Amino acid sequence: MAAEAPAQPPAAAGEPNHGLRIFIPWLVLSVVADLIIWIVWRPHMPPGAMSSAAANQQFDIAIMAVLAAPVMILVLTYFAYALIVWRQKPGDEEDGPAIHGNTRIQATWIVLTSVIVLFLAVFGTVELFTAQGSGAGEGGSPIFTSDVKGPLQVQVIGQQWRFTYRYPQYGGFETTDLVLPTNTWVEFHVTSIDVIHSFWAYQLGVKADANPGVDNVAYAKIYHTGSITVRCAELCGLWHGAMFDYGKAVSPAAFHAWAQGAEVHLAAVTKLLPPYALTYDPTVVPQMSKAMVAAGLTGAPGLYYPPTDPAQP
Amino acid sequence: MAIETQPERAHGAGGSAPGSPRPRPWWMRPAIHTAIIGAVIGYVLGHLLGNFLAASNVATEYPNIALSDSSDWPIVLGYAFAVVGWVAGLGVFNDLIRQMLGRPVRVATEEEEAANGGIAKYFRFTLDHKVVGIQYLVGMLIYFCTAGLFAMAIRAELLSPSYHLFSSSAYVEIVGEHGTMMMMLMTSVILGPFGNYLIPLMIGSKRVAFPRIEALSFWITPVAFLILLSGLMLGGFPFGWTGYAPLSIQSTLGADSYAMAFGLMGVSMILAGFNIIVTVICYRAPGMRWSRIPMFVWAMVATSFLMVLAAPVLVGGMYMLLSDRTAQTAFFTDTLGGSSYLYQNLFWFFGHPEVYILALPGFGIVSELLPVFTRKPLYGYKVAAAGMIGVTLLSFFVWQHHLFDSGINPDMRPVFMLTTELISIPTGFIYLVAMGTLWKAKIRLTVPMLFTLGMYFNFLIGGISGVFLSDVPADTTEHGSFFVMAHFHYTIMGGLIFAFMAGCYYWLPKMMGIKLNQTLGKIHFWTMFLFFNSTFLPLFAVGMAGQPRRVFEYARSLETLNDWVSISAFLLGASILIFVINFVWSTVIARVREEGNPWNSRGLEWQVSSPPPPGNFAHVPVVLSGPYEYGTPGAPPVADLNPPTGVVSAAYAGADTARAEA
Repeated sequence: MAAEAPAQPPAAAGEPNHGLRIFIPWLVLSVVADLIIWIVWRPHMPPGAMSSAAANQQFDIAIMAVLAAPVMILVLTYFAYALIVWRQKPGDEEDGPAIHGNTRIQATWIVLTSVIVLFLAVFGTVELFTAQGSGAGEGGSPIFTSDVKGPLQVQVIGQQWRFTYRYPQYGGFETTDLVLPTNTWVEFHVTSIDVIHSFWAYQLGVKADANPGVDNVAYAKIYHTGSITVRCAELCGLWHGAMFDYGKAVSPAAFHAWAQGAEVHLAAVTKLLPPYALTYDPTVVPQMSKAMVAAGLTGAPGLYYPPTDPAQP
Repeated sequence: MAIETQPERAHGAGGSAPGSPRPRPWWMRPAIHTAIIGAVIGYVLGHLLGNFLAASNVATEYPNIALSDSSDWPIVLGYAFAVVGWVAGLGVFNDLIRQMLGRPVRVATEEEEAANGGIAKYFRFTLDHKVVGIQYLVGMLIYFCTAGLFAMAIRAELLSPSYHLFSSSAYVEIVGEHGTMMMMLMTSVILGPFGNYLIPLMIGSKRVAFPRIEALSFWITPVAFLILLSGLMLGGFPFGWTGYAPLSIQSTLGADSYAMAFGLMGVSMILAGFNIIVTVICYRAPGMRWSRIPMFVWAMVATSFLMVLAAPVLVGGMYMLLSDRTAQTAFFTDTLGGSSYLYQNLFWFFGHPEVYILALPGFGIVSELLPVFTRKPLYGYKVAAAGMIGVTLLSFFVWQHHLFDSGINPDMRPVFMLTTELISIPTGFIYLVAMGTLWKAKIRLTVPMLFTLGMYFNFLIGGISGVFLSDVPADTTEHGSFFVMAHFHYTIMGGLIFAFMAGCYYWLPKMMGIKLNQTLGKIHFWTMFLFFNSTFLPLFAVGMAGQPRRVFEYARSLETLNDWVSISAFLLGASILIFVINFVWSTVIARVREEGNPWNSRGLEWQVSSPPPPGNFAHVPVVLSGPYEYGTPGAPPVADLNPPTGVVSAAYAGADTARAEA
């Protein structure tokens, strides 16, 4: 990597080879650090590997950590060496050698950093394509969709201070429970009916802003069952700090059974709701609130939380 | 080009025209007390006008106004008129009015200005860049400590994942005040004190180009600070420092104080930057070529260009936000044809250059100090300058990386990923320069050098974590989490503030002629360095583990880490207190004189006495060599402070001829 950087004009006679004395600790430390990162740390890196998007993010973070560690260790080793070896000796009031620069070293540095940076940009772009947008909100016309076949559509509606979910393939019922099937591509349609929220399903590696009037699509395929933490990741007002809930990933059969049951159970409420659409006009908010109260669920805009502190986690 | 050697002063001693027989008493002269009176009168007038607009039959003719939350009008107009009253009370318009009436502008001689003495001049609208620099320094310390106290309050709330010290509304108010105050006022934390004070000294000029504009840029900051704080009395604002619409349109009256204060600070940035750009381009001494100006000046010019080009977008955005809130326009309302993305783009088109406004001055200070304390020339001067220019240019092309998850056009994301990663190349130059300068150096671990090295350490972590954020897949987990928060605290607190501290210990002997206590300085450095890292390093892990920013409830499993961070943060606050004590003790009580060149620096600013005499230089100096020629055999002194008669005018005549021939 940037190992040549410390190499310098020929040293005075009797002077140790500083470049080598920096290079060797750097090499040893870098190899050790990278092996630890890749073998020990990578399987536990956030956000885990519960979904396609999460696994992809975990891989990206690990690759960048492996690249970043030698760069950091180079700078730190160099600074530490300089501080130990090149301190002013007591009584030495003379100036240091007048080195103004070295074109070859400067050019090497520029080329090396450019190569690393361009590699990262290409790598990130490839990862974005192969992981179907890697769980990030892609707006209303997603382009990273080549592998997505027959997805389950789930609409996420943000409101102060609650996420609700609609399942259009099951009659468009709306619920506060997030239940998702494994081994199926899930197509999240994230929108909002008041201010900007951000839907963050941590274990799924999905994060998409919920903008009013905007349909923000994100993809993920869940690999195994488990609990999902949902938090709002964009400051949305007073109770932003308490805007979280938990979903779960279940087997496709269990999901199908749950969804069909909910469709029947909530049929009366679904009739009161505005028809399923990609975005909603904020003026539907009072209507939806009425529907939820009728179903005994929640009156989300307004008094979902009692006027005292919210429920403790 | 002729250099005007006559220093400008707004008022003579006693506020009178030179030669006037009776100087006015101090309370008759425009100063901070008349400014406060002006602001109060202005606020009352504006408030009454707002009430009239919102309630009178004007409103029935313009239903838009009647429809607005009628309280917004009096508040916004009250603030606007208060600003005008404040500025008028300071006497900013006095000379303008005199000129319009055809009367001579009151210019004091240097002797009269020196006779003023005392600290009264620091409370006046004064046109001496050295006074403005000190005003900025004290102002910035007050703003920084105030905003820091809000940070302590945030960490106190986060001691527990569930128990609440503050109500949810108080908590978001505190978060918003801390973020906004730091981000808007700390833009000038180095450019204000050190830039204004030192740039004329560093480039061999007797004055800045636009002393009135420079002084105005400072006197806007206290009123912006007070307006922002007054938001607390109006219920605060619940949207952090970003102010995303539609939340900021929906919010109560505190949002008006946010938009007004941030917009005002944008104006201050434009004025401050404009003055510095023109000063550096037009007021360099003969021989002060572009290849000789100090790195700190390069950084200030780069920062000033960012301010002048980016801040107008902020001012426009804040104006649109205010008109959405008062006149019921719909710039940011989707259902009425506006777009909430418009606000996000306007904000970050300013906001991303702004983070480099907060980074470049730090680069400038550390690159300036490193040669002095390694006793070596700066390694790769041109690379360092190119790095700063490269950062400046690229910083205008990266802003959409703040919107990676927001639903922007998906094919824009690889583009902005590329530009964001490209900006790490010029940033890397700063490290190449540092490492080259350290090679075979004779490092002197003084207090400023310790802070310089601390800055390099912290910014390394901040910069590398920024690369993680530029990658879209990795960013999907990190965006909006404590990871981002730790990242920018490493670059701003760890970079900018550490460099600011280095600058304080290095240049206060120059600016005030006193020495800061070095033992307290070393204690300050080690506590600040240790507790800074102990506060913000764990926050990377906290963010990666799924804790979003600006929340008051978090997972129980993260309680230990959060408690560790909170306790470290309180200790970090205590270490800042050590600095404040050292500052007050050394400058007010002990006052150990420091007159010479304690760091044995080649900088032109150190070649004159400390503090510099009125007018900086007795004669315009002729610069003979670069500022970093340490250890260079046969290097001429940095400048001839007493050039033979005629040399300077001949140099300028020559330059004019050359320009005419070109």
